Amino acid sequence: MFYREAGDFKTSYAEDTQTFPIRFDRYRYFAVLAVAFLVVPFVINDYWLNAVFLPFLIYSIAAIGLNILVGYCGQVSLGTGGFMAVGAYACYKLMTAFPDVNIFFHVIIAGGVTAAVGTLFGLPSLRIKGFYLAVATLAAQFFLVWLFNRVPWFYNYSASGQINAPERTIFGIPVTGAETAPWATYLLCLVFLTASALIARNLTRGMAGRKWMAIRDMDIAAEIIGVNPLRAKLSAFAVSSFFVGIAGALFFAVYLGAVEVGEVFGINKSFLVLFMVIIGGLGSIFGSFAGAAFLVLLPVLLKNLLVGGLGWPTDLAAHLEFIIVGGLIVTFLVAEPHGLAQLWRVAKEKLRLWPFPH
Amino acid sequence: MKLKLATATAAAILAAAPAMADLVFPDLSYRTGPYAANGIPFSDGYQDYLTLLNERDGGIGGEKITINECETGYNTEKGVECYESTKGEGSLVYQPLSTGITYQLIPKVSADGIPMHTMGYGRTSAKNGRVFKWVFNYPANYWDGASHAVTHILNENDGDISDKTIALVYHNSAYGKEPIRTLEKLSEKHGYDLTLLPVDHPGQEQKSQWLQIRREKPDYVIMWGWGVMNQVAIQEAVNIRFPMENFIGIWWSGSENDVKPAGKAADGYKALTFHNLGSDYPVYDDIQEYVVDRGKAAGAGDQIGTVLYNRGMYAAMLATEAAKTAQEIHDTSAITAEQMRDGMENLEMTEEKMAAIGLPNFGPEFTVTCENHGGNGMGAVAQWDAEAEEWSLITDYFQSDQEILQPLIEEDSMQYAEENDIELRCDE
Repeated sequence: MFYREAGDFKTSYAEDTQTFPIRFDRYRYFAVLAVAFLVVPFVINDYWLNAVFLPFLIYSIAAIGLNILVGYCGQVSLGTGGFMAVGAYACYKLMTAFPDVNIFFHVIIAGGVTAAVGTLFGLPSLRIKGFYLAVATLAAQFFLVWLFNRVPWFYNYSASGQINAPERTIFGIPVTGAETAPWATYLLCLVFLTASALIARNLTRGMAGRKWMAIRDMDIAAEIIGVNPLRAKLSAFAVSSFFVGIAGALFFAVYLGAVEVGEVFGINKSFLVLFMVIIGGLGSIFGSFAGAAFLVLLPVLLKNLLVGGLGWPTDLAAHLEFIIVGGLIVTFLVAEPHGLAQLWRVAKEKLRLWPFPH
Repeated sequence: MKLKLATATAAAILAAAPAMADLVFPDLSYRTGPYAANGIPFSDGYQDYLTLLNERDGGIGGEKITINECETGYNTEKGVECYESTKGEGSLVYQPLSTGITYQLIPKVSADGIPMHTMGYGRTSAKNGRVFKWVFNYPANYWDGASHAVTHILNENDGDISDKTIALVYHNSAYGKEPIRTLEKLSEKHGYDLTLLPVDHPGQEQKSQWLQIRREKPDYVIMWGWGVMNQVAIQEAVNIRFPMENFIGIWWSGSENDVKPAGKAADGYKALTFHNLGSDYPVYDDIQEYVVDRGKAAGAGDQIGTVLYNRGMYAAMLATEAAKTAQEIHDTSAITAEQMRDGMENLEMTEEKMAAIGLPNFGPEFTVTCENHGGNGMGAVAQWDAEAEEWSLITDYFQSDQEILQPLIEEDSMQYAEENDIELRCDE
């Protein structure tokens, strides 16, 4: 009824190639942005922020980053946790070394540092592929965590080996440390997420993205038509690590405030983000959001339902949570191997014709 | 419409239902994951004691107690979520039983004005109440523990250990790294050699560390382990035939769950403790009568009398005694978190008090003051008897080396105060 392109005429190339060519889609997108920027900050409280929104926003950035590498360029990576740690530690070192520089720039520079490290660990991808590459990136994961545990310089020689985010402000409003207002940290992460998603979306539908997808679909054919695999693969690693690094920096500085590298950025984190990408949908920006939402919200939802709603013992609920989340993942992937994004795509196709599908 | 309904329900479920109650004691427990073996008995003891007060005395000073359990899995992210979801319900005091979560919560509780009690764990320098207004770690802390272990070794060697080597096997996290500074300082003082052997989370893989111990043959091994790491370490020590009486664990590495898997060979293993052991106390009769027999025991109810159950009960006892103190100070039974803090800061544990509770001679006597949030640093050494399957104290309570510890605590807490712009208290 509403969701169709009939009568929606385009008169220029720019209009024709925009991200949301259908008018209804476009308005929905603006509505979501408006709610996220103009409504949520006024109603958000500490619980919603820390249990739902911050993890969702930050994991979305990480999932977008990993999706570029795995979904668009086809290079399987298990090093996400390690790269997030690079972002976190880079941010920490910058925050403590240059306290006068705005945290906003620290986060971006931390992303840049991670991009450099990611490119370095992406070098093996030029020679090895598939599972073998996954194992090589696994080495990055373990090496980086070991490094941050082993070399005291990274944690400023603190006795506990932890890094703690000191208080930093943007426009005089604290965004890290203990005295933060929920809306401030929420908006900071939302700005980063929006920017990341916009950049990622436009990269992936431009020349860079087409090169990545060519490499993903068949690297030999891509090389024959003139795609330089070295630059394509390494740029995918760099851009992906950049976003992952930003996610790591925000995860440490804004969300947790104190980080112990082995626990927070361990191999589990790598798997979690990879699952988000796979469940959400490989090669889709929307899929990154959907996957992050699924894996962040579902456990909280189940916990509140089982413990808060039904009053079951917490250990039983925690175990059931594993079973239910695991079962749902399997069911989803059997029903729709291309993830939540494909479900969304199919729903939209059907809506275009609804209510007269024939 | 369906989608909207589903979203609305989901939103309603996501917003945890606030249950306003009388005296709320949140219990951030972990009954799942690699640390569950140690998390379960502690939580059971904590909850059973509170249930006992509810059933026997009708709460504290006439106010019922509500226990708010939240599963953290020893995971800091879940710990933060648990804290945020329970803090709005009038929580009086947090005891996360995790050093990692403690570090996370210190700035949060300070901003929200809710006290936190980290009994024998957490950030050691929180002992300095001038800097850490909301954090307490009485009656003993990690640096006390490190000093206790070294003092015990000193006593065994007639006061001279300059030719000895000591290895520290530790959980490679903020928790395990806590004693390193202290042990290094003590090594300067007493002249022993220190070897550091980190074990990564969760600690199931320790072959290389114990191979190194076998090769280097240190005279003593001190362990800072938790969860499955303890069991593996003790088993590995047995495998390389390390003399068990020279193997000393911190108080978190000394429960039945840790030594039993190694069977008879674990006989003679030592662990520190800051409270008494066993179930030979009048309070256990009450727990049996009011809690277990009424079917209100927490968990499976099979942990009663174990070391960590006792510790959980001790934690609950200290918390409720502080609540009683707060009720006296403020002359009201429905205390707030802020008043609870005053109660904790003015807590005085005496032998008469403990005897009246039914726990005579259970822990050391101590007094909390504005400056000292950490007690006097008393501890003792316990030894495992595999034949009788029980822990028993082999020393009296003795004090840690305050001469070494006090400057360290001062230095570390002052650094924190400087980094975070904290105004020192207790000067008026």
